[in-house]
Amino acid sequence: MPLYRDAAIVLRTHKLGEADRIITLLARERGLVRAVAKGVRRTKSKFGARLEPGMVVDAQLYEGRNLDTVTQVEVLAPYGEAIARDYDAWTAASAMLETAERLVEARESSRAQFFLLAGGLAALAGREHDAGLVLDAFLLRSLSVAGWAPSFRDCVRCGEPGPHKAFNVSAGGAVCPSCRTPGSAAPALATLALLGALLEGDWSSAEASEAVHRREGRGLVAAFLQWHLERGVRSLRLVERS
Amino acid sequence: MYEGAVQDLIDELGHLPGVGPKSAQRIAFHLLVADEDEVKRLVDALVQVKSRVRFCAVCGNVAEAETCRICSDDRRDASLICVVEEPKDVVAVERTREFRGRYHVLGGAISPMEGVGPDDLSIAQLFTRLADGSVTEVIIATDPNLEGEATATYLARALGTMGVRVSRLASGLPVGGDLEYADEITLGRAFEGRRLIHA
Repeated sequence: MPLYRDAAIVLRTHKLGEADRIITLLARERGLVRAVAKGVRRTKSKFGARLEPGMVVDAQLYEGRNLDTVTQVEVLAPYGEAIARDYDAWTAASAMLETAERLVEARESSRAQFFLLAGGLAALAGREHDAGLVLDAFLLRSLSVAGWAPSFRDCVRCGEPGPHKAFNVSAGGAVCPSCRTPGSAAPALATLALLGALLEGDWSSAEASEAVHRREGRGLVAAFLQWHLERGVRSLRLVERS
Repeated sequence: MYEGAVQDLIDELGHLPGVGPKSAQRIAFHLLVADEDEVKRLVDALVQVKSRVRFCAVCGNVAEAETCRICSDDRRDASLICVVEEPKDVVAVERTREFRGRYHVLGGAISPMEGVGPDDLSIAQLFTRLADGSVTEVIIATDPNLEGEATATYLARALGTMGVRVSRLASGLPVGGDLEYADEITLGRAFEGRRLIHA
């Protein structure tokens, strides 16, 4: 079936030739899809504005050998448009889109990642919470969906009930004194509580956290992400946090 | 696969943006049968552009001297600066014959996913140009895509503290098109930026 239709989130675009673009999509049913959108860089293009990073679209594509071809696009939610008007939200969204691109496989259904990313973009576009907290919550949940759920309370090795004072990135979370290995971090208990709240979606606790714990939590999330992805996410370096 | 000089030429042409192996082969064979003077003119043009052309020390546009033709022109309005992404955007704005101010070329747009941040663009140079207070308005003419929009948002925030008027090019319907074919985002921006024609 060469022609197909799927809901998708635009992750990234690359210029191709005179006026075309290669669009990387996170499709709800088909996972990571790379497709050519012809003529979208022309000002009269019908697709151009719809195929920008952060847009949730209903797309019709023609299946190709290496790259698919976009034939029709309708906007389901123009989150990218609202996000680009807030620089902090834009940098956070870029890190979310880049992470999703790295975690999702091509041609494999990824409904959980799709809905997670759509929810994260909606939160950024609607200014519902601090952009940095939305980003950290997305990164933690996205890694959990991918099978690397961290533990911020009980010991990740022996299951000893917490809270514990040590966090080991390679072990996957909090560790008790007997499981603690050299190289474990010793974050504040409030930082681990904040990360736990972000993972569970307890926004009232997360919003009440102090700046110092958000800063420390951000470092742990970045290290945890880098450990599992095996290389850093470029956009994280440029995330602006107010 | 060809041998020697022909293959070398195809390989070199194939490194150019937008030129694939087939196009490289077609250009190489065109040059092979072309008049020798024509090929020499092409070679001269390539050598000249590398030896004479540089970037303007003031605005970052392409120039054949220390400063470009526009920055050296006293008749241009020095109180207006139009900020663009690339030198080719200067040419596009100049074609309108509507703008008589000067330019500032950023050298791209902020793109976190490509690792391009504010420090990788000539934003600091723009602030230096604004330091003496002679500029009254900065017109941001970055591309009308989301990277361009985010770059404009960043500049507006940074320039907001410098006491200079910051404006953004209007976005909306292309002249010569039908309204029914406009996408909802472009049409939404056209409504947002509508202008009064009768009070």
